[in-house]
Amino acid sequence: MGAKFSCKRIAEGYAEGEIIISKDAVCYYLVEPETGLVVERNHDLEGRNIAGKILMMPSGKGSSVVQADGLFKLGRNQKSPLGMIIEHADPVLVSSALIFEVPLVHKVDPEFYKQIKDGDKIILNATEGWIEIL
Amino acid sequence: MKLTPEEKDMLDGKYGEGVAAAMKIQVAMGETFEAECMVPITRAHVALSAQDADLWFVDKLLKLGAHCKVSPTVNPSIDLKYLNKHLFEIPKAGVDIVSATNEAYKKIGATLTFDCTPYLQQNVPGFGEVIAFSESSATPYVNSVFGARTNRESSQSALCAAITGLVPKYGLLLDENRKGEILVEVEAKVETDFDYQILGWCYPELYKGLEIPVFTGIKSRPTPAGFMNFGAQLNTSGAVSMYHIVGITPEAPTLEAAFGNNTIKHRVKITDQDLAATREKLCREPGKIDFAMFGCPHLTIDQVETIAKTVGERKFAVDFWVLTSSLTRELADRMGYLDVIQRAGGHIIADTCIDVPPCWQPYYGKNAVTDSPKCAYYNEIRGIKFKIRPLEEAVEAAILGEVLK
Repeated sequence: MGAKFSCKRIAEGYAEGEIIISKDAVCYYLVEPETGLVVERNHDLEGRNIAGKILMMPSGKGSSVVQADGLFKLGRNQKSPLGMIIEHADPVLVSSALIFEVPLVHKVDPEFYKQIKDGDKIILNATEGWIEIL
Repeated sequence: MKLTPEEKDMLDGKYGEGVAAAMKIQVAMGETFEAECMVPITRAHVALSAQDADLWFVDKLLKLGAHCKVSPTVNPSIDLKYLNKHLFEIPKAGVDIVSATNEAYKKIGATLTFDCTPYLQQNVPGFGEVIAFSESSATPYVNSVFGARTNRESSQSALCAAITGLVPKYGLLLDENRKGEILVEVEAKVETDFDYQILGWCYPELYKGLEIPVFTGIKSRPTPAGFMNFGAQLNTSGAVSMYHIVGITPEAPTLEAAFGNNTIKHRVKITDQDLAATREKLCREPGKIDFAMFGCPHLTIDQVETIAKTVGERKFAVDFWVLTSSLTRELADRMGYLDVIQRAGGHIIADTCIDVPPCWQPYYGKNAVTDSPKCAYYNEIRGIKFKIRPLEEAVEAAILGEVLK
């Protein structure tokens, strides 16, 4: 058992996997739908792959259409992130996560941010509102 | 969240499965943002996109029997007939998805304006009006410039609102959340419509939070195109759904009014050097171009006039596209600008978006010029390398076939 932290559910679900941490807001349109590779120029995650990982980021960004379409296409190719942890919820990302059923939480215990490192294995239980660092 | 008995019935399916599905998403959103209740809307705008996720969702709601209670205006699609005649034979996949999307939106009860600047024509809200607007340039415009009230809806959540006629009451619908928290002191010279493109892109690079920024140091009122550019870039580079400009926007007659009871949480200074750095990073080096594209968001009649007057009797060396609303195209025709642009070898196409794959396929991977960072940004995924320049300079580049500086 690792350290457990509280969070608040936005879109329900359970995910277990490696965390990938982005300092920049993410727009799913600039993630290659066939692979999950971030292709946005000058982005913190440029050249890294988010497929099958739990993505931690400050917030979503981008036009109201493209966030949903990006996430939908990744999902169809099974290259979505397994779950998302965000600091600032915005309606575009929230509705996309709800509609395409990707577990999403916010309001995470600040202690979590002190302990978590890129690449750590975690459990994200959005339904019950907790995260565990394994 | 407190729901009225009627709203509970909507959620429970007494008004049909379509209404229930829309309501379920809206209630989950309301709970995320701690809304206490739902409130009625009087207008909606849906950022239709003729892309996979969009069609999938409208189709899903249609199959569940949904129909819009408040008919929304919609974003551009593609004028298939025009592109077929003047660009290339659009692949079947493109024709299919565009036709299916247009048909689905008509069936669900949308008003097919096919324009991403509804706030300039066709769907113009008043001060304090509660509405549900998606589309990145539209949300900041209606909130900031008009003082209407919408959250940063996605196309999906705006469609849900059009169906239920309701939105959860949270965020920018509440007085206290419309006040500024970030003071942005603009020391840079910001005058032209293009300056607002760069300022709009620059601010979210300097501060990433979603709090409302209050801009000072803007000397005169931006034009409608300036406001349009500013909001489009603020909400593409970042996720800014409302801003104040002290002395200019209606909820910010003074600095005190803009901040209300909030204290200044963070200060950002934007100098000429900051704007130059953004421009340097964003706008790409000079060089040869294969085509020119304008209209993300759709150009205003003033911008079309600027193009016509800049080109005059000269000819474009490369393909030249102006994207605008059907009303503005009609007006451009009436004013003679359409003739000028067509004689130069350019096009004005209505109802069409810069980004509906695969409808602009012949240009994928090419070099181009535009005046819009948003246009450039969303085309990165198609391998189109847009150089970004002020409108007049971009027109000159299209005449020459090359961006000189």
